[in-house]
Order: sequence, then C-alpha cells, then structure tokens
Amino acid sequence: MSLYQVQKLIYQLNRDPRTRERYAGERESVLAEYELTSEERRALTEPDIGLLYVLGVNGQLLMHFAALHKIEWNAYLESMREGLKKHGPVREGVYATTGYEGIEAHDARLKREREKR
Amino acid sequence: MSLVYCGACSHAPGITGRAERADTQARQALHGALYRMGDEIRAMRPDVLVVVAAEHFANFFMNNMPAFAMGMADSYEGPIEDEAFLKIKRTRVPGNKALSKKLIEGVMQTVDVAYAEEWKFDHGISVPLHFLTPDYDLPVVPANINCQGPPLAPLKRAWAFGEALRAAADAVPERIALVATGGISHWPATPDSGKINEAWDREFLARWAANDRDALLSYTDAETYRDGGQGGFEMRTFIAAAAAAKGAKGRIDFCEPIPIFAVSCTVARMELGV
Repeated sequence: MSLYQVQKLIYQLNRDPRTRERYAGERESVLAEYELTSEERRALTEPDIGLLYVLGVNGQLLMHFAALHKIEWNAYLESMREGLKKHGPVREGVYATTGYEGIEAHDARLKREREKR
Repeated sequence: MSLVYCGACSHAPGITGRAERADTQARQALHGALYRMGDEIRAMRPDVLVVVAAEHFANFFMNNMPAFAMGMADSYEGPIEDEAFLKIKRTRVPGNKALSKKLIEGVMQTVDVAYAEEWKFDHGISVPLHFLTPDYDLPVVPANINCQGPPLAPLKRAWAFGEALRAAADAVPERIALVATGGISHWPATPDSGKINEAWDREFLARWAANDRDALLSYTDAETYRDGGQGGFEMRTFIAAAAAAKGAKGRIDFCEPIPIFAVSCTVARMELGV
C-alpha cells in the first residue's frame, strides 16, 4: 500500500547526505515523516533486504540501500533469495524474479560456447 | 555545426564496481573498447558530450517523473553512489549551461523536455565517463529518459526525442557529440542479476546497426519485460541515439555478455560520415 513511501525514503537516503546523517542520528524522526506500515518500518530498520525486495522496492533503489548498510553484493543477492523463501513472491513493481542459472554456471556455459567457436 | 559523433554503450555499475570479478580477458577487452570510444569522441573535437542516459533515481522520482529531461548547469556532481560500491571517486564534472539552454530550446520545438539546473550523476553517466573522459575535461550535457518508473514514454517518443536532439544539435554552431547509455536485456539488482538474453540483445543491436526504425519501435514493453527484463526498458536510450543518427548505419565495436557485469557489454557507434 505504501510502497511509494518506502521507496521515497530510500530515494532520499541514497541521494541526500543530510538525510543519511539524520537517519544515522535520529532515525525515528526521519521514519515518522513517511507513512509506513509496521511491516515496512521493520523491513527498513532491521534492515530486512529480502522483505523490502518482496514488498516491491525497485532494485535500483534497494541495491544502494544495501550498500549504505555495508551489505556486500553477494550477500545482497542472497538476502533477496532468502526473502523470497521466507515471504513469498514479489508483491508489486517490475523487479520480480524470473529464474536464473547463476553467474558461475552461466560463466561456465559461456566459456564452453567460446571454446566451441 | 552539427552532431559530430553518435554512439551507445553500456553503463552497468559492475563494469567498475565488480571489475576484478570478471574474466580478465573479457574485462580488458571491454575497457579497451570503451577507451577507444573516448579516443574517437575526442578526435571529433566536440564542444560538449550529450549523454542520454537512463538514470536510476538519482534526480527523478515518482513524485514528479519527467519522461525526458536535460541538464542545464555549468557543473554537475557524481557519482551519487557509495564510492566503495561503484569504485569511482565522486567529482565535479563540467557542464555548459549556455549551450545546454540552446539545445533544450531546440528540443522543445518538438518534445516537451524537462530541464534541471541541478543534476547528480549516477552510474548511468558516471561509469561511461570514467572511460570516455577520464580527466573530466569535456563539458557534459546530461539527458535522461525515464526507463525506471512506469508508465514509460512509448518507444516512438524516445525516437522523437532523438530526432529533436539532432535537430537541436544541427541548429547550433558548436560541435556536439552524443552517447546513449544503457543495458539491453538485463535483470539488474534482482536475484537474477547476471541473466542475459544474448540472442535477443544481438537481434536488437542488428536492428540498431541497420537503423531500422520500424523494427526498433516494434517491441512492446510486455515483450521487453518478458525477453529482456526490466533492464531492457533502457533500450529507449539506444533508440534515441539511432534517431539522432538520422538514417546513418551503425557499427557494433564490442558486444559480449559478461554475467558479473549483468549485461551484454556493448560499445557501438553510428557512422555519421562527418
């Protein structure tokens, strides 16, 4: 319902150093400026990247929110996979998962194809 | 003068941020192709580089989302991303406000473009510039096509935007270079990051190189989402570049899928015959 509000907060955090400072020092007052459900608030504050993904947060916002929390790339991808297992499929937006063999298997396949050429 | 260069390249954040995790040969080949693109641009002695990008919520959000926007400032800051994430140092990039204004006035004759006197670059512009103008010595005019927050402008409007950019460039005495940036198929920042529909990408690039307007505009967003993922919506920037080339044909200098970079990494240009 308030995915827009969740995304707006993340957008501000990603682009505005002052919002980041306030979020670090006075998180509650920053959160109070957005209309969030308790589930959204929990997902943001833990942070539960998997749940944010399932709620439908655009990946272009979410990956930077993860970087802000010093979550490394592979851990970021894994959190989303865990989120899908725990909370079910993506509920909104255009960043749903579609299935993928994974980078290692993909790299190996490309290498085989190159060798055949 | 006119448009003196028109090209397109990838802008995926992994190209710099996860560079060391790619196959060395593939990475070097891509980086080499991007540096050569920079050399080719400089050889045309442009006064500005118009970068038509698909940004990712650095400046524009669903509270007030322009379909098309252009920067109008004497300098810009970027990248907004965490420097450790993108591995590009934050810097100021020169712009050219007066020339931006002339180009925007030209574009506005046919496309209702938004303008912005503040603009923070994200990887959509900062990754290409890192290779194309590593010394940040060429003024940039940023342009954006909304490819992130649907509803998105129809492809025919992206084409019209490219045509409008060309007409605007043709109407000023300065020398204008244009580079479109974006991915073709990709599922970025999702658990499927790395998935690439190579055949679909090559087909799109064949249509781009042939500058086949009808074929380029025949994709529906539903098809693109199915075959090219949400990242595929960025085809709009490539389409704008094709339109700006005004019938010229293209040359694909580099196109290889690099999964850790999440796209078919591409470097291409239109043969303008300038």
